[in-house]
Amino acid sequence: MLEVDLTVRAGAFTLRAEFTAPTPGVTALFGRSGAGKSTLSNALAGLIRPTSGHIRLDGQVLFDAASGVDLAAERRRVGCVFQDSRLFPHLDVGANLDYGARRTRGATIYAERAEVIALLGLEPLLERRVSRLSGGERQRVALGRALLAQPALLLLDEPLASIDGARRAEVLPFLETLRDRFAIPMLYASHQYDEVLRLASHIVLLEDGRVLASDTPSVLAAHPKLRAMVGIDAAGAVLDVLVREIEPATGLVTVAVGAGTLRFVLPGAVPGAQVRLYIPARDVIIATRPVAGLSVRNSLLGILASISDEGADAVLATIAVDGARLQSLITRAAVAELALQPGMEVWALVKAASLRGHAFGGRNPAVP
Amino acid sequence: MLSSAETEALLLSLRISLESVAFNLPLAVLIAWLLVRARFAGRTLLDAFVHLPLVLPPVVVGYLLLLLAGSHGPLGAWLLAHFGVRLAFTSTGAALATAVMSLPLMVRAIRLSLELIPAGLEDAARSLGAGPCDRFVSVTLPLMAPGILAGAVTAFAAGLGEFGAVITFASNIPGETRTLPLALYTALESPNGDAPAARLAALSIGLGLAGLVLAEFAARRLRARLGQ
Repeated sequence: MLEVDLTVRAGAFTLRAEFTAPTPGVTALFGRSGAGKSTLSNALAGLIRPTSGHIRLDGQVLFDAASGVDLAAERRRVGCVFQDSRLFPHLDVGANLDYGARRTRGATIYAERAEVIALLGLEPLLERRVSRLSGGERQRVALGRALLAQPALLLLDEPLASIDGARRAEVLPFLETLRDRFAIPMLYASHQYDEVLRLASHIVLLEDGRVLASDTPSVLAAHPKLRAMVGIDAAGAVLDVLVREIEPATGLVTVAVGAGTLRFVLPGAVPGAQVRLYIPARDVIIATRPVAGLSVRNSLLGILASISDEGADAVLATIAVDGARLQSLITRAAVAELALQPGMEVWALVKAASLRGHAFGGRNPAVP
Repeated sequence: MLSSAETEALLLSLRISLESVAFNLPLAVLIAWLLVRARFAGRTLLDAFVHLPLVLPPVVVGYLLLLLAGSHGPLGAWLLAHFGVRLAFTSTGAALATAVMSLPLMVRAIRLSLELIPAGLEDAARSLGAGPCDRFVSVTLPLMAPGILAGAVTAFAAGLGEFGAVITFASNIPGETRTLPLALYTALESPNGDAPAARLAALSIGLGLAGLVLAEFAARRLRARLGQ
């Protein structure tokens, strides 16, 4: 477990962060720029000193103002991947990778050079000068370099922010691979919700130097502050589920949501695999009774938990399907016409094509 | 070709300038580092003090050295008593005077190279387990190297021609402190000295030009190294 309770003053900015995050697993530090993500990362890495509080990682005290403990950055074993990669320009890729590997100070080696090079596809780059790398390549090298230092915690401070959209999609799978291969706690600072949903098993929501919430993506997906941050268009339910069965002929997978099931196409899935489902609120239809004669195959019976105002003409309805919570963006007129009220039984209808799922790790503690 | 006295002046110039560079190198790196990375009271004063020889008449520097390191000066008397080292009117003294004069040139070049190194690289080295000395040697110093080289070459070229401070502190002793510019001055003062003076002047121009070209080459390597 990572336990953080600290105050950092940097000029006029004050960061007050208190949260715990499960380890191993990926914890996203999610917030707009200026929320304090980098300040928090730097404090955890030991690059800036908090004015008070403590940082504990799996029982080890990295910082504790009360007892005067402030482990030097070079002794914390906190690996960093910075937004600007910070590769050493006077060394080639291979020597950059070896820099941390030569300074492990007797730490247990869990990331072998050959394996890391293979996982990150660095073999063709080894002799290359750093200045001749693309943005995505730079970040892969930075990732490998940090990993080979055998860190106890890996900090990724907006590692994809300086890479353009298409290249970003090339680097994300590598991050997923690392998450699933090494049981290393990762902290991922980002303001991109899609990246966070792809990677994180836990989210710490930051705003103006404060922690607004700290919980799993499924729970935080329903948090009003998160919705305000990502915008109503990105509002939706996040469900961590298991693949129950697969129809080989069509590739349709079936997952259980409460007592009901959802079916959708997910290439490469295997029975029992963990899957994270994202169901956009604008793609969920509400019906007050079972409907026949529709092409929509996914229909879940739930209780209308709440209806919240989202300005102009839209309202966001939350539907509790046993433990899971679906969201549906509907018009005010629809609420009036159907006489929707919290506590009602409703059916949530979702098109299979709207369901966005991806395999999510094998060792993730946040997924049951 | 050169007469034996002229060859002697050339070799002496090269030796004295080389000595001054060797003496200055560690000092210039330390001062540049202090000026760029350290935060301490009196930083501005140190900066001004190091650059003073650039704006003072060299004769004043020579005179101050005489006061401080002459046989009766506090430093000079101490060195003479404990080590038997005499600075004034010796080639070592000429090297010291040259060093003081060229120190600002070297500090400026090294400082520039240090300022071009993103501070984040040292943080990256820290997070990878490198302690203070380790990261200075493995990251900061190699990235400064082209700047250090450029500073050393510039200072060496400038040191070959140091006149005022040398003649004031170390005098104009043939074979001991009569460097190229002093030999040139002596030639101009003597009858029939035009031809030797012209040769020595041409030599000085050639050496200075070579030095500046080398320094520029080193500066270019710095930019290439930092991927700029």
